[in-house]
Amino acid sequence: MYLRIIPKLDIKNQNLVKGVQLEGLRVLGDPKKYAENYYQDGADEIIYHDVVASLYQRNNISSLIKRTSENVFLPMLVGGGINNKKQVEEILRSGADRIFINTAALNNPKFINEIVNSFGSSTLVVSIEFVKVGSNYLCRKDFGREETNKDLISWAKEAQDRGAGELVLTSIDSDGTGKGFDLNAAELISKNIKIPFILNGGISSLEHINEVLNASNPSGLAIGSMLHYSGLDKNFSKTLLPEGNTEFIKKNKSYKNFGSLSIQDIKKSLVKKFKMEHSSHA
Amino acid sequence: MHDVAIIDYNMGNLFSIDCALKFTGLNSIITNNLDEIENSKCIILPGVGAFPEAMKRLKEKKLDTAIYNFNLKKKPIVGICLGMQLLFTSSYENTATKGLGILEGEVKKFTTNKKTENHVFNVGWRKISLSKKKDEESLLKNLGEEKMYFIHSYHVSVKDKNIESSSSQFYDKKFTASIKKENIQAFQFHPEKSGKKGIEIYYSLKKYLNLLTV
Repeated sequence: MYLRIIPKLDIKNQNLVKGVQLEGLRVLGDPKKYAENYYQDGADEIIYHDVVASLYQRNNISSLIKRTSENVFLPMLVGGGINNKKQVEEILRSGADRIFINTAALNNPKFINEIVNSFGSSTLVVSIEFVKVGSNYLCRKDFGREETNKDLISWAKEAQDRGAGELVLTSIDSDGTGKGFDLNAAELISKNIKIPFILNGGISSLEHINEVLNASNPSGLAIGSMLHYSGLDKNFSKTLLPEGNTEFIKKNKSYKNFGSLSIQDIKKSLVKKFKMEHSSHA
Repeated sequence: MHDVAIIDYNMGNLFSIDCALKFTGLNSIITNNLDEIENSKCIILPGVGAFPEAMKRLKEKKLDTAIYNFNLKKKPIVGICLGMQLLFTSSYENTATKGLGILEGEVKKFTTNKKTENHVFNVGWRKISLSKKKDEESLLKNLGEEKMYFIHSYHVSVKDKNIESSSSQFYDKKFTASIKKENIQAFQFHPEKSGKKGIEIYYSLKKYLNLLTV
């Protein structure tokens, strides 16, 4: 077994941002800086998510992918607002290896087949962002803003059957809280989905990772806050773009909900507890 | 004159390869210009996508002839991912298609009876096992049993196992992860996406090319 540790970087207007339950986005710095640090720390892959692209119906993440490719030699999974094949081509040409779609697939499920036919299953990841409503899990689109009546598991199965190569599953309730991934959802997904899947949301300790691995068998864990807040770019506040909520980073403080764990720490723990064959790429 | 010409036939992640080469200090160019290709010290044949389409595009731009001529002079050729597969006799991707035929072997789809159909592609970090043969010119010579990044659903079944420089495993299937034959070295994985160990391969390429000029 090999579990990929995947830093997830949410991007808004060229800045790295992070929210809680996909809201209240704080500006944390230059995403390339963070990606470089994660590369040095032994990350297995980098996710870039343009979080306003879907809402504003634009995607301008290519220049960031290019800048990152100059010295970050890792697989890159990129998404946010992708709704046509031209965008996919441009993103792949800029240095990304795979793309993910969410809103466009919910609006038009056949879009999954289209991408698979043109670029292959191994290039396409379907991202699903869900909330718990009563005892159900329902999918949302436009970075959590728009409700749908699609059930998490039935939609995940449909994405799988239409040819998605992998899924990224985000528990919106868990995102940014540091309280661990929704274990019940993790178990459900694991029981029902045959293709590889990445879990995202809430992980802030080794304990959370152990719990989630006992409940499910993901191919990777996407981690945001825990890594970002462990390695805040304190110098960034001096060269800040005056855009978005920059109050936090200007104060030059750390965030108490999150400790200071590195990717190396996580991998060491995985080797010890789960006998994983982990090599560090650092 | 460039150290490395990355052959541009509009398929695959050429940009990342160019970045990796430039990172090590090599002078590289992404090109489909036949003179630029002929005049470079080394060519890289990259590629992501379907085999038949790739062969079609290579022929349309006469890049196949450029590669044959380069090989006749025994100048270094590096293949990556689909670029490795294209060097072989033929492929069964979608329909039977003839490859460049510089090396002997067939490109076949992964099959495994253990998992669902959705599972028959290999994406992720896999360990490579190096062949025991000592070879000072091998670009893998500074590496151990490292994990490299793979993303493919077809693999090469080589006719002559002696050209295999490393192998890897996908479920119960052992497959050729890289080959070396005389002036040709090729990798099924992506060295430019495989972290610092992968970049080591590009550094080895640089040293190898520098020695050639002496």
